[in-house]
Amino acid sequence: MPGMKRAAGRVYAWLERRLQLAAPVKDAVLHPVPRNTASWWYVFGSAAFTLLFLQIFTGILLALVYVPSAGEAWNSLNVLNHQIPLGWFLRALHGWGSNFMVAIVLIHMAQVFLFGAYKFPRELTWILGVFLLLMTLGMAFSGQVLRFDQDAYWGLGIGASIVSRVPWIGGGLVHLLLGGPIIAGATLSRFFTLHVFVIPGAMLLSAFLHVWMVLKLGINEWPMPGRLVSRATYVDQYNQLTHEDGLPFVPGAFWKDLVFSGAILAAVAVCAFVFGPYGPGGQPDPSIIQTVPKPDFFFLWIYTVLSYLPPAMETPFILIAPIAGIAILLALPFYASEGEKSWHRRPVAVLVVTTVAVCWAVLTQLGTTTPWSPHMSAWSSDPIPVSRLHALTPLARAGAVVLQAKQCRNCHSIGGLGGERGPALDDVATRMTMDQLRFKVVTGGGNMPAYGKNLSPPEIEALVTFLETLHPANEPPAYDPAQQQAIEAAQPSGSAP
Amino acid sequence: MSEQEPMHTNEAHETAPSHPAGNDDPSVVSRRWLLLKAGLALNGLVGLALAVPVLRYLLAPWRRDASYDSWVSLGSVDGFPIGETRLAFYKNPYAQSWDGATDNVACYVRRESAGQFRVFAINCAHLGCPVRWFPQSQLFMCPCHGGVYYADGSRASGPPERGLFTYDWKIVSGNLYIDAGQMPTLSNTAKLVQISNGKGDCSCQG
Repeated sequence: MPGMKRAAGRVYAWLERRLQLAAPVKDAVLHPVPRNTASWWYVFGSAAFTLLFLQIFTGILLALVYVPSAGEAWNSLNVLNHQIPLGWFLRALHGWGSNFMVAIVLIHMAQVFLFGAYKFPRELTWILGVFLLLMTLGMAFSGQVLRFDQDAYWGLGIGASIVSRVPWIGGGLVHLLLGGPIIAGATLSRFFTLHVFVIPGAMLLSAFLHVWMVLKLGINEWPMPGRLVSRATYVDQYNQLTHEDGLPFVPGAFWKDLVFSGAILAAVAVCAFVFGPYGPGGQPDPSIIQTVPKPDFFFLWIYTVLSYLPPAMETPFILIAPIAGIAILLALPFYASEGEKSWHRRPVAVLVVTTVAVCWAVLTQLGTTTPWSPHMSAWSSDPIPVSRLHALTPLARAGAVVLQAKQCRNCHSIGGLGGERGPALDDVATRMTMDQLRFKVVTGGGNMPAYGKNLSPPEIEALVTFLETLHPANEPPAYDPAQQQAIEAAQPSGSAP
Repeated sequence: MSEQEPMHTNEAHETAPSHPAGNDDPSVVSRRWLLLKAGLALNGLVGLALAVPVLRYLLAPWRRDASYDSWVSLGSVDGFPIGETRLAFYKNPYAQSWDGATDNVACYVRRESAGQFRVFAINCAHLGCPVRWFPQSQLFMCPCHGGVYYADGSRASGPPERGLFTYDWKIVSGNLYIDAGQMPTLSNTAKLVQISNGKGDCSCQG
């Protein structure tokens, strides 16, 4: 035993004589950090770093089998899922690792923002972090493309449609994005290059520089209300703090990083094991048009925004908002490089984070339920509740058939079944008079197409008669009092002998 | 930041004189500094010369729309009944052997009369999702954001800013041809001038 220990010592000495890494590693490990940064709030950055390596590792393993060819990619994913032992688990690890990575990077960013860590002298660390966030999102999108299924195909179509809105050079940019005139083999090849070579290379380099600066400039101290950052005094104050109330980075702070990273890896593994891999969905064959494309979870909010924007605002918003957003993030450390760090005295910062988080959650929730999309099969699969058809005249029943056959149900629900693009029709008769219903069906308006050309007058009459029966038992249908009065006024004179 | 930079330059000036090789002071034009600059210039020149072919290679897909397009057949006109809208497929004229199924492109053909057609792109004018045709209500509906179009391709409702994209078409010896080749987007098809000339949409009648 002592002999082996001596041999190991000799090997270490031999390596160290040549590598000379002991001193810089010792410096990094033992550099003092402020005592109160040894906190569970400071573990997200290292967890993101760990996830980056999980993604690289699982990505390399998947590349052993994946074929980056438009003709074969989908097949190779199915082979991974069903034929290679535990291929499904590796795909699931990579997919869930990506979800966790986007989430952890965003949490890390919110924490850094709320703790004022972007202020002097850590401006460049923040800027690199912004680029790391963009690259993380770029990896998430290009990864979704490599899962070359229907969603990937039509997602690329949405990407191309967005790029085509750039003035003057939009057409050329679409060709560059797709590698040709259509989404095809060249498109997958270039997204493979981005996902496997270009972005990971840039990410590794940026991540190392990011960590390098954290080591060189020191971890951001716990913000205290009233302790203001000033360029003239900050570095001295920080050094004083780390010496008077500091502790070596390892093990005092590092053990929490280790435990959290381990827990995150375990969480990824559990999710991967329980929920399995993402897709692939249907074949990437554009001649199969019976598809409802949807982006992955983290891009659902964009999908929602694109649905709710008024048409006139769409192109300016799509082209300007991302650039403005990135510019604001990059400008932040220069705009507010000094002053208060504590969130207790930065109400606007807290409000911004809260607003962004709430907006994101609401838009994602809407993107999950997509109330704006017609339900393409509702007209043939969602029946009208039988109770709604009791004791109806033959004309009204014929109207129910018209309602069903003309795809009205794709946008309008009855009894909770059907699309949500238009209002539910359960009590439509209490909201509109027969004349208003007739007018609306014929001319459309708002988000409703005009059916005047597509329905014959008897069909319209039957449809409106049925709609007139859609009201609660205790609530009469709407009527026009003026018209009613006119009819009543006309009746006595008409009926009088 | 600016407070720190002078410190660094001061350090550089302080260490320079104490350094034994005084010739390494960049302000003195010595042989070795001249050679270093010559080396940098050489690398810069070679880099520029290499950048030109690299850029040309990278920009290869950026071509005029017309260079991707050509006339493709959708089959005999008899396959399209008058007054109806049918889904039709063609193989994209610009294709590679490794494209798999991705170069099978779909489009809608509406035969308005014996010699009058309208050929719509499958892609919604909003964000390119595949629209579906419902013959019962004579509407095209998009599954993504709920864009709806009338039978003639004009916009009915939803977020699209315009009607469906159309292809130019012509009839050559009983077959319907369309001018296709690239994914229709606002940057190409929208700009096309629709020339009506005789029975087709294009000026170059077959």
